[in-house]
Amino acid sequence: MAEKKTNSVIRWIDYRLPVFSFLKHELEEYPTPKNLNYWWNFGSLAGITLIVMILTGIFLAMHYTPHVNEAFKSVEHIMRDVNYGWLIRYIHMNGASMFFIVVYIHMFRGLYYGSYKSPRELLWMLGVVILLLMMATAFMGYVLPWGQMSFWGATVITNLFSAFPVVGESIVTWLWGGFGVDNPTLNRFFALHYLLPFVIVGVVVMHIVSLHQHGSNNPLGIDRKGPQDSIPFHPFYTVKDIFGLSVFALFWAFFVFFAPNFFGEPDNYIPANPLVTPAHIVPEWYFLPFYAILRSIPDKLGGVLMMFGAVLVLFVLPWLDKSPVRSARFRPMYRIFFWALVVNCLVLGWIGAKPVEGMYVLIGRLATAYYFFHFLVLLPLLGRFEKTKPLPSSLGKPVVSTGRK
Amino acid sequence: MSVFNKIAVLGLVLNLGFVSASIASDAPVPLKQNWSYKLGKKGSFDRAELQRGYQVYKQVCAVCHGMNLLAYRNLKSLGFNEAEIKAIAAEYNVKDGPNDEGEMFERPARPEDRFVGPYANEKAARATNNGAFPPDLSLITKARPYGPDYVYALLTGYTPAPEGVKVMEGMHYNAYFPGHQIAMIPPLVEGAVTFSDGTNATVQQMAKDVVTFLAWAAEPEMEERHQMGIMVMIFLSVFTVLMYFVMRRVWQKVK
Repeated sequence: MAEKKTNSVIRWIDYRLPVFSFLKHELEEYPTPKNLNYWWNFGSLAGITLIVMILTGIFLAMHYTPHVNEAFKSVEHIMRDVNYGWLIRYIHMNGASMFFIVVYIHMFRGLYYGSYKSPRELLWMLGVVILLLMMATAFMGYVLPWGQMSFWGATVITNLFSAFPVVGESIVTWLWGGFGVDNPTLNRFFALHYLLPFVIVGVVVMHIVSLHQHGSNNPLGIDRKGPQDSIPFHPFYTVKDIFGLSVFALFWAFFVFFAPNFFGEPDNYIPANPLVTPAHIVPEWYFLPFYAILRSIPDKLGGVLMMFGAVLVLFVLPWLDKSPVRSARFRPMYRIFFWALVVNCLVLGWIGAKPVEGMYVLIGRLATAYYFFHFLVLLPLLGRFEKTKPLPSSLGKPVVSTGRK
Repeated sequence: MSVFNKIAVLGLVLNLGFVSASIASDAPVPLKQNWSYKLGKKGSFDRAELQRGYQVYKQVCAVCHGMNLLAYRNLKSLGFNEAEIKAIAAEYNVKDGPNDEGEMFERPARPEDRFVGPYANEKAARATNNGAFPPDLSLITKARPYGPDYVYALLTGYTPAPEGVKVMEGMHYNAYFPGHQIAMIPPLVEGAVTFSDGTNATVQQMAKDVVTFLAWAAEPEMEERHQMGIMVMIFLSVFTVLMYFVMRRVWQKVK
């Protein structure tokens, strides 16, 4: 960027450390398909949410005490005595739910438009790594207030590892740092909850590097044919992302200010008590579909394996779906099954919040079976037998015909 | 965690049945009350109501229930002035020390001290209450499903046991309590307190006032949160509309 209008200091730095050319190249000139719809907003929303979570988290950590006798009180200290502590905590607490809402939508967008297909397999897989890291981080964060759900959630989830034969019990003891969920557990969860977001940042950087290698997929799922199909990221997508962010901020702020405990469990405002088990131990909503899968298998080890399998199957998705067509717009069958999968995941989430009894057991098992059936049977078959619609020749046409003016 | 608990938990996990039908599910859903502080009503607490509620807590509930997350200085939000708060705090004694001689000593509480609880510890509370532990009330409206509505329903929900239900020794029938049998004696009786503002101390009135006080205690930031929330929503709405038109304008160039 040796343009005349940049000032000499910037030129001096850039000649030695090209941060400015880098930013210009990746955030300004970066050629982007011109037909991205609003579903493409969720990637940047996820990145911004991550930053908000890290910032609020750092300020919370300044006032929080990771000790079994002090953790609950220190959270209430944040709520009552720290200036705007309630605001910081409610942003962070609801931010976890916002993060998962955004990321789940981002993932379903990838599924619908085939964004995981060649040459974006690694991009997709890095995304699944981020999801796993997010789940671990969210789970450990939920333990920190040391309420009843924190304690019992931690107890139930860490106990899952005892399902593994021979080494299971030792793994659980190792995770706990003792013979029960106790102070060492809380301490390490705090340390890891602080560490993992920065690991996520690292993977996000790789995710973006991988993205920028071939650029975004687009609603048509076809490759760009030339420069006429692209527009620079700035100002077109910066302004669109800011608009999207603003709508998202309205949504997030509504919960922070008017329904801050909507996503929470009342039991977590009762200090942890190892002697009293809550009547109803439920994970946070974003884990419910996986929780439903866990409980649908009438065998502990089987349930644990299937639960992890539900995420791990996403890693091999690019090789399960062999259809050469990316976008569901041109895959009439896949489009139906995509929506069936969405409904199925919602059903799993609903079942995850219900007790294991009566009809719920049956529905849970059917939905679990369908989840794996979709990925392991339907997708490979569709790739072979589905009759896809003809693809448009370029991105240009549809934009002209449906665009404004 | 004791060995017993560990085994119990493992058992639960093995059965994959740890989400049991909650006992609470057989209790009726508490009626929604028209809380004066709810947004859409006033959005802020009525000071007179809060002060009456505090009086009910102090004279009735505090006999058995502590509120250890509150300090006397917090009563300022109820409209008490500093002298009044000092006087209220001074009614209680706290243990302090050690002094220069190395002795612990008792002194009157000061505004910065936390509410002095009725019992020295949980064991003492259980010993006095037939084995039951009166929970701390600092967060009670946040720590129960249906929050304030539940606490109100519980306080006003004592009825004679229906036929066929045997109430255990020392327990009382209350439809809203999970399992219906509660150790707490009906706490509110007509005229249990005398309000200085002349409000008639009916059971419903006292229950409403004390629950409002408890809701404030659990969420002392609520008024500020609501006010700031309205400003933030207005700002963001305007900003969103502006950005929408900016975006339209910028995108006009794209054909």
